[in-house]
Amino acid sequence: MDILIAFLVVAAIALLLGILLAVISHFFAVPEDPTQQQVRACLPGINCGACGYKGCDDYAAAVAGGGVKPNLCIPGAQSVADAIGAIIGVEAEPFDDVVAFVACNGHCGATHNKADYEGVQSCEAAGMLFGGPGACTYGCLGFGDCAKVCPADAICTIDGIAHVDTSRCLGCGVCAKACPKGIIHMLPQDAEVAVMCSNKDKGVDARKACQNACIGCKKCEKTCPNGAITVVDNLAIIDYDKCTACGACVECCPTGCLKKVFFPNLPEGVEAEDLLD
Amino acid sequence: MFKTLIIILLSSVFVDNYVLSRFLGICPFLGVSKKLDQATGMGIAVTAVMLLACAVTWPIQYFVLNALNMGYMQNIVFILVIAALVQMLELLLKKFSPSLHKGLGVYLPLITTNCAVLGVAINNINDGFTFIESIVSALGVGLGFLLAMVLFSGLRTRIHDANVPAPFRGLPVTLIAASFISLAFMGFGGIVENIFK
Repeated sequence: MDILIAFLVVAAIALLLGILLAVISHFFAVPEDPTQQQVRACLPGINCGACGYKGCDDYAAAVAGGGVKPNLCIPGAQSVADAIGAIIGVEAEPFDDVVAFVACNGHCGATHNKADYEGVQSCEAAGMLFGGPGACTYGCLGFGDCAKVCPADAICTIDGIAHVDTSRCLGCGVCAKACPKGIIHMLPQDAEVAVMCSNKDKGVDARKACQNACIGCKKCEKTCPNGAITVVDNLAIIDYDKCTACGACVECCPTGCLKKVFFPNLPEGVEAEDLLD
Repeated sequence: MFKTLIIILLSSVFVDNYVLSRFLGICPFLGVSKKLDQATGMGIAVTAVMLLACAVTWPIQYFVLNALNMGYMQNIVFILVIAALVQMLELLLKKFSPSLHKGLGVYLPLITTNCAVLGVAINNINDGFTFIESIVSALGVGLGFLLAMVLFSGLRTRIHDANVPAPFRGLPVTLIAASFISLAFMGFGGIVENIFK
């Protein structure tokens, strides 16, 4: 008899709670925007934040809310932009594919350390201390802050500098934001020539810090038949709208900091497969 | 009366800290303490649920279970009630405070099965607290949980940046750090009872 009472009481409590829950969920239901769910379904869902919103959910809400362009998802590229454009009835603008590029070639053989660093093992922390332990205060610190934030696991540090496996790079640009030196640039995917240096010191000082540094000699600026290269602050900059990848600058560069990069940009002897381990 | 309440509050925050002295609610303590903002969110969510759970389970114990002479059903009924309460809280938050729901929403389903919440509800009955006392005790336990979470998240960000020996990386060093905080909290033993003498 006791058991029956216990059973009935617990069942009654459960029923009461169940009804209460059902009533609450019915009367206080929050209507969800079907457009938002459709947009969210198109997005890759890696929450990289390259669109400028907190994550895919946030971006989907912003697009569904109206007034936000459908082509902001960089990893999703053109196909996602088209899909979202179709949902909200807007023609998506053409999309430039970009990949991350580390503008530094100061590997261990080319540059040296001015001090030993045994502090917190991150670029951000090391960079705060006299610009980092390396002789060049512009170059890659090699602690891999970029690799840690990469949602696609496309970055690894080899021989003191970060390398991007462009076959995996989504082009989200999260690494470029994470780099305290700001030396990761987003280049067009079809770029074939790049300046692998970020040193803005005068030629002599740059050369002392690193053999592979750009010394700002302006030889490339004069050689380039298309006028695509300008030297600003002792550093060559390529305008990719004008560059035809003729390679004249690569041949004339005395320090070899201008390189034909032929993505994937990996050091010689390292294959993309090796990075997967 | 007032003195008793203060003693209950302080002793449940410091001396009988549920996480660090009674080892209840270890799962969220280790799981959600990686970042300060998450730890704070979880701590506040747990405090709110504990208050609510105690406010509801105390009358159920005294007016339903004890009246029908079926105190042995305590565990099952409390689990049922707390789980349903958390669900209700989530639905209501979603409706009336979307921003708070965004902040606490992900933690609420986790709290459904948090043993610290059930623990404080049952212990309040076992200690023979009155309704007011059990509410104060729930508040104290919640604040103690929040305190432990905030302290530990600070410690964990330090551990994250430290150069930990390879065999201790990850969970082992986290558990060792938790044990040190727990040892430190043992120092509060006997203090609260003697403050008002």
